Amino acid sequence: MSAATVTEEARQDAPEPPEAAKPRRGRGRFVPYWLLLPGLLWLIVFFALPMIYQASTSIQQGSLEDGFKVTWHFATYWDALSEYWPQFVRSVAYAACATVLCLLLGYPLAYLIAFRAGRWRNLVLILVIAPFFTSFLIRTLAWKTILADGGPVVGTLNSLHILDVTTWLGITEGHRILATPLAVVCGLTYNFLPFMILPLYTSLERIDGRLHEAAGDLYASPGTTFRKVTFPLSMPGVVSGTLLTFIPAAGDYVNADLLGSTDTRMIGNVIQTQFLRILDYPTAAALSFILMAAILAMVTFYIRRAGTEDLV
Amino acid sequence: MTTSSSTATEHGGDVRLTGISKTYDNGFTAVRPLDLTVPAGSFFALLGASGCGKTTTLRMIAGLEEPTTGTVRLGDQDVTGLPPYKRPVNTVFQSYALFPHLDIFENVAFGLRRRGIKSVKKQVEEMLDLVQLGEQARKKPHQLSGGQQQRVAVARALINHPQVLLLDEPLGALDLKLRRQMQLELKRIQTEVGITFIHVTHDQEEAMTMADTVAVMNAGTVEQLGAPTDLYENPRSTFVANFLGTSNFVSCEISGRGGDELTLTAGDGKLALFADRCSAPTTTGGKLLLGVRPEKISIVHADDAASVPVGRNRLTGRIKDSSFIGVSTQYVVEGPLCDGFEVYAQNVERDPRLVPGAEVVLHWNPAHSFGLDATQDVEAGAAKVEEDAAA
Repeated sequence: MSAATVTEEARQDAPEPPEAAKPRRGRGRFVPYWLLLPGLLWLIVFFALPMIYQASTSIQQGSLEDGFKVTWHFATYWDALSEYWPQFVRSVAYAACATVLCLLLGYPLAYLIAFRAGRWRNLVLILVIAPFFTSFLIRTLAWKTILADGGPVVGTLNSLHILDVTTWLGITEGHRILATPLAVVCGLTYNFLPFMILPLYTSLERIDGRLHEAAGDLYASPGTTFRKVTFPLSMPGVVSGTLLTFIPAAGDYVNADLLGSTDTRMIGNVIQTQFLRILDYPTAAALSFILMAAILAMVTFYIRRAGTEDLV
Repeated sequence: MTTSSSTATEHGGDVRLTGISKTYDNGFTAVRPLDLTVPAGSFFALLGASGCGKTTTLRMIAGLEEPTTGTVRLGDQDVTGLPPYKRPVNTVFQSYALFPHLDIFENVAFGLRRRGIKSVKKQVEEMLDLVQLGEQARKKPHQLSGGQQQRVAVARALINHPQVLLLDEPLGALDLKLRRQMQLELKRIQTEVGITFIHVTHDQEEAMTMADTVAVMNAGTVEQLGAPTDLYENPRSTFVANFLGTSNFVSCEISGRGGDELTLTAGDGKLALFADRCSAPTTTGGKLLLGVRPEKISIVHADDAASVPVGRNRLTGRIKDSSFIGVSTQYVVEGPLCDGFEVYAQNVERDPRLVPGAEVVLHWNPAHSFGLDATQDVEAGAAKVEEDAAA
């Protein structure tokens, strides 16, 4: 059938939709599903199957030499949790710190880009994304140089006695930054900052400027306007920004590996070591599932509390 | 608090703009230095085509735009330097600008809460009843229709009992029927609360039906200010004559003066005009434009020319076009002196001979003529209306 006849047919269909539409709907009914298929296949092969495989790994027992067998050994979960709970707590704490820092740094920047940048807006946005053009690993290694013991950052902070304060707070040690919690949190903050800024920017940019005028007109000072209008309207951005920062940060191991020490190991480092060095696959798989469940629970709670579903 | 003290002196004082102007950073001058006094308690309309500076003027009163020169005074208080949130003025925005994250109740309560008033429930409920939205209090703005949103915007501003309520084309987004209804509604509310309303609009009919005083703006200046009837009957420029309704013009020369009455010569015809209705110099020999509104003109067939009473201004021509619109018939007449004259005749007793091509005599009472300076563009204002309608 040529294209011309198809359009001819469509044109004839137009005047009497009820009857003419039926056979077409019959033919076209499955089209959405066909379009879904590639994505669905991708998810099955690269998400569902690995999950099932990992779930089965987590309840296996054995060793690399003798092979692993499914023995429904759920005790692995309990053992993993009781042995590595400090790393879990540390991961959550570091990720939470980094998320808060990202929000504090990212919100003013996103606000500036959205409302004040004018014709510089696109340039600043490109600068925000620019770090992505180099590898995550290289950028983190660069931070190792920046925070190096003899480097200018440590020197300056030392001469200003700021490191004394941070040492007193327990986030640095012995007049250095590298290999301390501060370094890891800084690295996490730096690496995930764009994930905070971009959603914040998107939701701020959508706010109608006339709402600010209306709030001012109704006796709200600029500060009150921000608290009562701008911030509530940017909540979708705050929620998605914090999720996009917190979730990957909690599972990250590169920053703790390169910028931290054995005392700053996060759960990601533990899983990595279990899989690649100790080769204890069941424990590694169990830890991964615990991390996933913990994050899922926290995120669900958070979204419920934030109540963003009510926002338009 | 500044605002609560001003609430006490609710209807205190006129709005006075002195030498106010606005030039934007890009060099565009939206408002040329102008003086304007809006009497307390009046319904005042700023009327003009888009880009004439009416909204900028309104925004300078609200404090949303900083004047380049001049001062804004509310009563005896100079508010020129005050930010919007410290001015006892509220605005109904063109797009309503309702807060999408707050329900109707909280939108209306917004101003009260910002002024630290704790028990807002009774006031808000009364205000919502005034605009007939009591049932919708817990809905979000996007769940309401355009007309309902418009009423929320009015309620949100009015609840603060501002000294002045500014309305920036508040009815622009509504369909014709709803507009008419809201015009009456706004007028009723204004009479009821007695607050000064300053209404910006490009719709001359809207300005005339609602306002006590209308200021017609053009290119950043006020062309003329006055009561709607005064503006309509005695326009002082062709812009006002054309922007408010339709006008017909004849170019004349002043040939004589008898007491209060001027005798004008146009071609071989003689026309009369009263000196007090002429805004141009009335020296003999001077040129001026004689204007007359289409509905003031009577039209008779040339065969009945003898029936036209003596003492009326008369012109002859031929009907070029006629359109029947129910209550009246609109004729376009062309003649040596009255090219493109528009004539509206009430459909009382229609003369079947008045069809395109018919020779006719136009006549009107000289008292209905007005005289304007001949150096103006006869088309000023008329084209702007069409542009606006096309936009």
